[in-house]
This record gives sequence, structure tokens and C-alpha cells, in this order.
Amino acid sequence: MQIINYADEERRQEDNRKLWDKVTAYFRSRSLWMLHYCTGCGAMELPPIMTSRWDIERFGIVPMATPRQADILLLTGYASTNTMKRIIRTYEQMPEPKWVIAFGSCTVNGGMYWDSYNTVNNVGEYIPIDITIAGCMPRPEAILDTMVKLMNMVKSGDAKAFQKYKDNYGYYKANQDKLFARTAPVLESASLKYVHNETEGSEQ
Amino acid sequence: MVVINIILYSLFAILVGLIFMGIGRKVSARMHLRYGPPFYQSILDIFKLMSRKSFTHNFVMDLGMVMALAGLLGTMLYVPIAGHSAFISNSNIIVIMYLMAIGSLGMAMAVTASGNPNATIGISRALTMMLGYEIPFFIIVLGLIISNNSSSISVIAASQAGSIWNWNIWHMPLGYIAMEITLQAMMGEKPFDAMIAPAEVASGPMVELSGKYLGLGLLTHAVSIFVETGLMVNFFFGGGSNPIDFVIKQLGIYLIAVIFDNIFPRYKIEQAVKFLWIFPTGIAVVQLLLLAF
Repeated sequence: MQIINYADEERRQEDNRKLWDKVTAYFRSRSLWMLHYCTGCGAMELPPIMTSRWDIERFGIVPMATPRQADILLLTGYASTNTMKRIIRTYEQMPEPKWVIAFGSCTVNGGMYWDSYNTVNNVGEYIPIDITIAGCMPRPEAILDTMVKLMNMVKSGDAKAFQKYKDNYGYYKANQDKLFARTAPVLESASLKYVHNETEGSEQ
Repeated sequence: MVVINIILYSLFAILVGLIFMGIGRKVSARMHLRYGPPFYQSILDIFKLMSRKSFTHNFVMDLGMVMALAGLLGTMLYVPIAGHSAFISNSNIIVIMYLMAIGSLGMAMAVTASGNPNATIGISRALTMMLGYEIPFFIIVLGLIISNNSSSISVIAASQAGSIWNWNIWHMPLGYIAMEITLQAMMGEKPFDAMIAPAEVASGPMVELSGKYLGLGLLTHAVSIFVETGLMVNFFFGGGSNPIDFVIKQLGIYLIAVIFDNIFPRYKIEQAVKFLWIFPTGIAVVQLLLLAF
């Protein structure tokens, strides 16, 4: 009895890309350059995957110094509201095609900082994310596994989050604006809110 | 015919340089006790970079990157590869010394046009380093010209033909030592890599290059590796009896540079220039005096 993997079958039927796109996707998947944005925790899990224990360079993945050169943006740990501005700026400076990996529970649901006043709970609401790695902290093996998965996604043309960002820019921009309104100076915003409430009250 | 020759020589130099870079990465990975990327990794990188979208800042940036690659390819055409050369010239050392600076100058034009301060710092370091390594290099070349009574690389290479004991490395060992140190600086390898220090100036000249521009930068680096190791082979290692022999000798010289790259820390730029002006220059001057008298 033959077991049919329906997911694979569907993908094979939908894979009607041109030959040139397939070749390009292969080369892109074999040479992913990574920019790691480690302002939160999690930077300690990266050195083991780049050094002799789990050498990630054998897949062609190397760390890069600037967003202009990078293909992958790796976000580790929590993102505070002010950090989010820099993350979005970094993301928009990267040339296409570009992919984002969110690393650690804090980028998925806030993790242990879920009720903090100045961190972002779900980074995916502000920039598009291809793969998230849950865990606090995930082991280096998890990062390696994710990288291999991303390589396969790039090769098969499934990693299209940057396309999503372009298509739904209104949604992301509205979320970003709502978030950055929170980063205004505290005293000024408090006084403005007070005035605002007062005028509303007088109308009633 | 000349056009086809130029294209074939350029493709050969680019391919050899890229495979050297891949082998260099593999060797340095093995020195770090890692497995390392495949030897054709640089070719994959080039293909990917050329297929990406890229940002340009102005026309000068486009022009500078192309000028850097074209300048180094032009230099390469004068380097005899085991007696074969795209342009036959009687005094190709002079032309090569003249044209080799165009690579750095084109890069300087391109990256300063981007306006990024890290790029400006990086390229100013690269040009300062050029000031440091060109003096010993020219003194060594002067010694070779005096001892051979010719400024043709083909003549210098042919004078070492026959046996391994005819190589200039035995006739002028001091010159070889000075050239080895100078070569390390010319290729921007570790004791002298202040210009691309990723931890200080975010990879220096490459900071603002994306996609195709970075691809052109990598190609420039590949051709510069070919030119510099090719000069070394012609000056001190007999030039090779056929192109395969030549390329194997080049690979050996490149791997020596890679091994030094992996075991040395980094000089600050003023320390590097001071070192280059004292030690390789001093050794080269001693060699010149020994040859002249």
C-alpha cells in the first residue's frame, strides 16, 4: 500500500515556477548570509553554531556585519518598543529577497515579559516572520534545524514573508504606528491625555 | 581574436580566484577544527549576490565598482601565465605597478560615494595601507629589474627556468621574505586587515554594498588574489612550465597567506604602516644592496 504525502503532492503540482527561478532559488538557499540582531538574550546560543561544535558555515551560512549584505535577519530575545524602531529600520534596509527568523519565546508571545509595559509581545505583528523558534532558550540544535528548514523553504519557494510585507503594508504600518505612539515622552502624553479627557467631559 | 583572448583570460582569472577563495575558507575552517563550506562556495555566493536586488546611491558608485574590477582585470592581462599573456609587452612590470592601484582607487570612489562613515574610515585605512606596502614592493621589484637587466616579467620568469635551484627564492631569500610580508598586506590578510575589520568598522569598504555591488567587490577580490599570487610565482617561483603548474604554485602561496591570516591578530593602521616601512622595507633594501654590489 502506497502512502501519499498530500502536502508534498500539492506542492509538486503548484511548483510551476520557471526553470530560471528554480536555479536562482537553489543558489539562494545555499548561500544565506545572516545578520543577528541580539539586543535581548540568546546571543550566547549563536557562537556554538558558528564554531567547531555545530559548524554552520558548511551550509554557506555566515554572519554579516551590515543589513545591506544580509539575507536573514535573526531576532533573538525580547524586543522593547524602542528597539522595534531599529529592527524595522534594519529590516527595511535589507535588499530583497530577505527572510526573518524570530528566536525565543519572547518574540512569539512575549515569554516571561508578556505583561511588561515596554516590550512587544508578538514581533510578527510589526514585521513579517518566516520561522519562529519557541523556547527559553532554544538549544543551538534548534537553530541549526531551523536554518536547514529555511534552506528547504527557500529552495521550494515557500519563504515569501517579504512579499507579504509588501502586499499588506497598510496592516503592518498601522500596527507600527500604534506601537510607536506608546514611545512618546511620558509627561507630555500624560498632559495631552488630561486635556483631551477634559474637553470630552465638557461636551458631555 | 584579441577580444576573445581578453574575455577568456578574464574568466580564467575570476574562476581561479573564486576557487582559491573557497579553498582558503575550507582550509581556515579546518584550522578552526570546523568542517567548512564546499570549495565552490564562493561561486554560489557570487551567483546569489548577482541575482539579488541592490541599492545604489549615485552614478559614481556604479562607475567606481566597475572601474575597480576593470582596473584589476586590465592588470591581470599583463601578468604572464606560464609564458602566455593576453598582451605581449616588454616592460609589463611598469604597467602592472601603474594599474594595480586602480582597483583600490575605484573602490574608494564607489564606497565614499555612499556617504557611510564606516566605509570612509575603511577605505582611508586601505589607501594608507597601500602607501605602506608599495614602498617595499617597489624596492623588491627594483632589485629584480637590476639583476635581470629587464623590466619584463616574462624575462624574469624565463631566467629561472630549468631547475628548481634556479628559482629566485634561493638567489634572493631576503627579497622573498620581504615580498611574503608585503603580499600579506596587499591581499589584506590578517596582520594587515585593519581596513575590513568587522568588529571595528562593520566590514569597512563593503559596509554599504548590497547585491550586485558586493558581487562586483568579491570578483575584484578574486582577481586581485590571482594577480598578486601570480606576480609572486613569476618573481620567485620560476613562473611555471604550464598553466596548471602555475596555478598550483599560486595556490600554495595563497594557502601560506591564509595560514598566516588564521594565526595572527590585527595591527592598528599606524602600527601596520610603521611595521611595513621598517621591516619589509629594510630587508628589501639590504637585498637591493647585496644585488647591486
